[in-house]
Amino acid sequence: MSETATMTPSLWTRLSNPGHFMRWSGKAVPWLTALSVAALAVGLYLTFFIVPPDYQQGETVRIMYIHVPAAWLGVFFYGAMSLSAIGTLVWRHPLADVSQRAAAPIGAAFTLVCLVTGSLWGKPMWGTYWVWDARLTSMLVLFLIYCGLIALWRTIEDPNRAARAVAILTLVGAVNLPIIKFSVNWWSTLHQPASILRMGGSTIDPSMLYPLLLMIGAATLGGSTLHLYAMRTEIMRRRVRTLTIREAERLDAGAVRVVPSAAGATPLPQAL
Amino acid sequence: MLDLGPHGGFIAAAYAFTALIMVGLVANAIRDRAAQRRALHRFGEDRR
Repeated sequence: MSETATMTPSLWTRLSNPGHFMRWSGKAVPWLTALSVAALAVGLYLTFFIVPPDYQQGETVRIMYIHVPAAWLGVFFYGAMSLSAIGTLVWRHPLADVSQRAAAPIGAAFTLVCLVTGSLWGKPMWGTYWVWDARLTSMLVLFLIYCGLIALWRTIEDPNRAARAVAILTLVGAVNLPIIKFSVNWWSTLHQPASILRMGGSTIDPSMLYPLLLMIGAATLGGSTLHLYAMRTEIMRRRVRTLTIREAERLDAGAVRVVPSAAGATPLPQAL
Repeated sequence: MLDLGPHGGFIAAAYAFTALIMVGLVANAIRDRAAQRRALHRFGEDRR
């Protein structure tokens, strides 16, 4: 056992230590933000001024440059949340739940963008805003799962119990991810089959593919930066909760209030 | 001015909706951070 005590912690262990996390992420966020904005600016420039109109879709293809990155991030953040859920259930790592909680609204927002932009593309191209096609329906289910997880956090007051319940529900919902990916192969869908990640390579012309990949990269970088930022806020929220409880215990014990007024403070249920 | 063709309205609406959601997401993150920072400050702790 003494050998374990003298072991040097791995890079992952050091990075995921909450105190250490606050230090490195605090330095990284401004740089990542600048990089995301620059990548997004270049991506949007290419989308509107360099990418040619599609031979079938015409100019409407430009919606794809936000629809595809949004769809990818909706799925990406759910994947990240599923990994965090394992971290919560197996290792009970404090940052796992923080990561999961910070990711949920971001993933939900991107899934909503995917649904709405897809719908706005569908009307001129398919003649309808919505069909109960397997891909569209499974993306809608993903959005509803995100909403359910966010609601569950707000329902359970004790953060540790909430973390475990949410982690279990997240893993149950993860069954939807392969359904989303393979829905276009398993069922006859109006939604087109995979055109980027497919056997035999992409079917998209390089003049359209590279700007699309840049937009996907820029969105992933921006989304991840926002996730890091939200994780830092979540850690601060938990610190506030601990301090609030400690102060309440002190007051219960008859001590004099040191914190002047709670007016405007985050209400406890929201701080959980 | 960019000519977005006969379906320009759909393209503009898609980008406008995305911009709205993204601005909301970032603004909410900043507002939440400011609220937590203020709360920590009341306890005598300062974090960036």
